[in-house]
Amino acid sequence: MLRVDKLMVGYDSVPVIFDVSFTVEEGELISIVGSNGAGKTTILRTISGLLKPFSGTIEFMGKRIDKLPAHQIVKLGIAHVPEGRHVFGKMSVRDNLLMGAYTIDDPNEVKRLLDEMYELFPKLAEREDQKAETMSGGEQQMLAIARALMAKPKLLLVDEMSLGLMPLMVDKVLETLKEVNEKKGVTILMVEQKVQEALEIADRGYILQTGRIVAEGTGKELLESDLVKKAYLGM
Amino acid sequence: MMFLQVVLTGVLVGSVYSLVAVGLTLVWGLMDIINFAHGDMMMISMYTVFWLYTLLKFDPFVSLPISAGITALLGIVIYKLVIKRVVNAPGLMALLATFGLSLFIRNFAQFLWTPNYRFVGESILSGKRILIADIVIGLPQLIAALGSILMTLLIALFIKRTKTGKAIQATAQSRDIAELMGVNTEKVYAVTFALSGICVGVAGTLLSGIFPVYPEAGAMYGLLAFVIVALGGFGNIWGAFYAGILIGLTEALGGFYLGTQFKYALAFLIYLLVLQFRPKGLFGW
Ligand SMILES: Nc1ncnc2c1ncn2[C@@H]1O[C@H](COP(=O)(O)OP(=O)(O)O)[C@@H](O)[C@H]1O
Ligand SMILES: [Mg+2]
Repeated sequence: MLRVDKLMVGYDSVPVIFDVSFTVEEGELISIVGSNGAGKTTILRTISGLLKPFSGTIEFMGKRIDKLPAHQIVKLGIAHVPEGRHVFGKMSVRDNLLMGAYTIDDPNEVKRLLDEMYELFPKLAEREDQKAETMSGGEQQMLAIARALMAKPKLLLVDEMSLGLMPLMVDKVLETLKEVNEKKGVTILMVEQKVQEALEIADRGYILQTGRIVAEGTGKELLESDLVKKAYLGM
Repeated sequence: MMFLQVVLTGVLVGSVYSLVAVGLTLVWGLMDIINFAHGDMMMISMYTVFWLYTLLKFDPFVSLPISAGITALLGIVIYKLVIKRVVNAPGLMALLATFGLSLFIRNFAQFLWTPNYRFVGESILSGKRILIADIVIGLPQLIAALGSILMTLLIALFIKRTKTGKAIQATAQSRDIAELMGVNTEKVYAVTFALSGICVGVAGTLLSGIFPVYPEAGAMYGLLAFVIVALGGFGNIWGAFYAGILIGLTEALGGFYLGTQFKYALAFLIYLLVLQFRPKGLFGW
């Protein structure tokens, strides 16, 4: 479904991602894990078109997307839950969700999606007229996910959901992601610093160190590998 | 009674100031760009009305859609030719660019149409007035104020309710995230410049029957609009509206009780004072 090949990208012509290749197949939940500054956010921003690769290619459903502007990539079916949530704080919860469905023209379909999100996240229904900035971190994270789902994505990119959330909340949002993946059949590519949690729920994973992929395998394989045990789990 | 007369005059003038400032605050709030050519776009709309009147005998009210359309187009052209190139550059670049643009438009107008004052002689309203008790209200002034308030209301509704309006709000909060939603933010910028142009286009048309038309006609309006936007809070439409009325009142009361030479000085003094105590304006934090 998604094929990233020999990607090199960075800022102001200084590369921070070197020769990164990976794939995501339809229906999978994939985790890319790595510590702060490894380049996880940079990879996701490049997939959704906010950054342009220096070299390498990105294919989605057999089509090159690495030269398209971000607003066209959403239309193809890739939605992005950005790092740090970034809901539209001054807008109501409902308007945030409606922005998520910006690419959908049929008002009945938008209405149906809105109801679906309110069912999936009842908290959002209670708060629909409230400004998004007045909600707690966990609620904003839910809103950011729901907003991305409003676009009816085939592939969902999720950037560090766990950032700034209490452990209990982290489990809850990860559970939600797993549910979205299994019940709604949305393919998910998530990036995380919380190596253990992210690999536990993933079908497959990649380990990213300073802009390079150093290991890959099923979630279980990686969790049992010496590399992960030593470098990330402190065993 | 004199006091009421002065207050009313201030409110009427202030309403038009508000509309000009709304156009400026839209762009400012969205792109963090100060458009120094804002008042000069208004001057172009005044000339449009003047020429349509002189050459084709169009009443200013008939010209309204044409002059507003022309300034909307002008806004888009300014965005595409100038602003687009500097929007990501350091702040001073954009400042210099729109400042240069302002000089260019003024000089061009002077070259084409001379610096002379021109007047739109007749409109269906000219010379008409309403008398309530001792208070005299010129009909052109009243219509200019009501038209400006109506236009401000329409712009506010557009931003709040329509899909495009919401895309403008979203882009103002984060351009990248708006792009992730599928918003073509470059188009949003162009649309916002068009809206900004419509604001000055309508204001200029409403004023053209009251004030002389000349290349510097928009200059003071542009300047006052900065003051009003700063007072009202950047990007805040209703803030700009109330601040515009406030400046209109200040000007009228100051001009009457202190002398006309002080009327603008007082407006700028208020600005300096407010910014000392509320740097984000009266209505924004
Ligand atoms: N806007 C930026 N400008 C310059 N360098 C950046 C920018 N964003 C990130 N970087 C650098 O790129 C590298 C990867 O960052 P990032 O992708 O944010 O990592 P992660 O998401 O894994 O924490 C870091 O060294 C970081 O300092
Ligand atoms: Mg990151």
